[in-house]
Amino acid sequence: MRRYKMLEEKFFIRLSALFTYSLIAVLAFIIVVIFYKGFAALNWDMVLKTPKGGYYYGGEGGVLNAITGSLYIAIGATLIAVLIGMPAALYLNVQLIRYRRTQNTIRYFLDALWGIPSIVYGAFGFTLMLFFGMNASLLAGIITVALLISPIMVRTFDEVLCTIPKGLHEASLALGSTRTETAFRVMFKQGFPGFITAILLSFGRGIGDAASVLFTAGYTDNIPVTLDEPAATLPLAIFFQLGSPIPEVRDRAFAASIILTIIILSISLGARLLSKRFSKTNLK
Amino acid sequence: MQLRRQIIDKLNGFWMITTLVTILILPLVICIGLYIKAAPIFEQHSFLELVFTSKWEPSRGTFGFWPFIAGSLYVTLLSFLFTAPVCLLAALYLTQFAPRALIRIMHPVIDVLAGLPSVIYGVWGILVIVPFVSALSVPLSGSPSSGYSVLAGGIVLAVMVIPYTLNMLIEVFNTVPSGLKEASLSLGATMWESVKHVVIRGNYPGIISAYGLGIAKAFGETIAVMMVVGNVVKASGNPFNAAYPLPALIANNYGEMLSIPMYDSALMFAAFLLLIIILVINLFFRLLIHKTKRL
Repeated sequence: MRRYKMLEEKFFIRLSALFTYSLIAVLAFIIVVIFYKGFAALNWDMVLKTPKGGYYYGGEGGVLNAITGSLYIAIGATLIAVLIGMPAALYLNVQLIRYRRTQNTIRYFLDALWGIPSIVYGAFGFTLMLFFGMNASLLAGIITVALLISPIMVRTFDEVLCTIPKGLHEASLALGSTRTETAFRVMFKQGFPGFITAILLSFGRGIGDAASVLFTAGYTDNIPVTLDEPAATLPLAIFFQLGSPIPEVRDRAFAASIILTIIILSISLGARLLSKRFSKTNLK
Repeated sequence: MQLRRQIIDKLNGFWMITTLVTILILPLVICIGLYIKAAPIFEQHSFLELVFTSKWEPSRGTFGFWPFIAGSLYVTLLSFLFTAPVCLLAALYLTQFAPRALIRIMHPVIDVLAGLPSVIYGVWGILVIVPFVSALSVPLSGSPSSGYSVLAGGIVLAVMVIPYTLNMLIEVFNTVPSGLKEASLSLGATMWESVKHVVIRGNYPGIISAYGLGIAKAFGETIAVMMVVGNVVKASGNPFNAAYPLPALIANNYGEMLSIPMYDSALMFAAFLLLIIILVINLFFRLLIHKTKRL
């Protein structure tokens, strides 16, 4: 009996360790496959040039239009999301601090919002676009992505603000500052490193999301100059090129995947480094 | 000076609450918007007829969503079968048995897995999983398959959902008071026994919620699934055959939706349906998690 128990324990611990390590292996596998497959087609033209005539039949050029389009949309959306998300999160943690129930209910709704799939935001953005008589454009893409990442941003800001000691908040109010001053001079300052991480992660999501910009941002071979022009995005560029029957074009999709992966990896690592660096000066 | 500060405070409070309310009513606005666009189709067909019939001929005005819903359910179910044991055991290992150093490595790994764009998973699926499934199809099912199939979709989706479910499970297991486990250990239970009886049994609601939210996430995932699942409107039980999930339907047909009458309403109905299903699942399981956390 005793022997059986020990065996069972050993078996399950080994198995769970195996599963855990295999996650690292799977991640490494994905990255290696992406890099291995795309490396041959990757060159500086891919990064530095827009598609030339006949690009989708194997002609010259690169995906600069998609890279800049993605960056424009993600930056614009992140800015809007910060403008909406920051005050909302501060309100939740400064003004509502005495109402625990309300706080928890709001958090609950925000968490549930997190799960809405991006294709639904895409469809909604499309109806909104028709309603206002807009065409598929940079602006429509930015608004849709902003809607997608705002709930995520509020919730991550909120998580950051939750970790700030309550005493700090009370001390600030006790010294006679208004709630606004407490929110922006104390809470905001303390949460700053966390905010950077949250912003960068939402930014990464904005760059990587394909389904929400599918209807709203359109697609073009040029770099958009004004807000009402359509914009290409990197995920969609990959997606469309992969659908091509020409092998050379499909290879470019793999190369574009490397670019996207590098962008996402550097954002993820950058967020980690930055938040460590800024948090040194914080009170604990 | 005093007055100015107070005015700023008032204005700012107003701004803050506006943004918060805006975000909170966002799902309601989305619901209403999609419903208005989908409304024309309700004049010709009833809700149940749309959901449970399987004839799909947009050009003749026949819209039966069942093949798409069935396809979504099938892919989601498969991915759940793959993720469930892996996530549970990995979360147990990370919270109960693992050395500190491993946890420090796993955090970025989970983050990166969760942060990789779905199109990258799709590319990976096309490069690795589709040929793999194609090679498996003859020995396992007897008939050759291109590999673009429900099974491929399930596998890719499983990898995408793992970080999400795993994160949630880790959070749930971290709320177990260590005193409970220590008590069980001091009564002579082995490490695994106390994990099995205290950590797992005490957290059924949390575990089920984590799985439920993972399922909701999988149900709505679009691009990666669309890239590997084949997109053929035909319901069949064979996992090596292609299917056509609901999100893929919306994403694939946006180009022609304005040229065929009622088609855009049908697609917006699909989006509406997707939103309602996922919102209901999310609200239910989130409630369960919030309740457990407060204990």
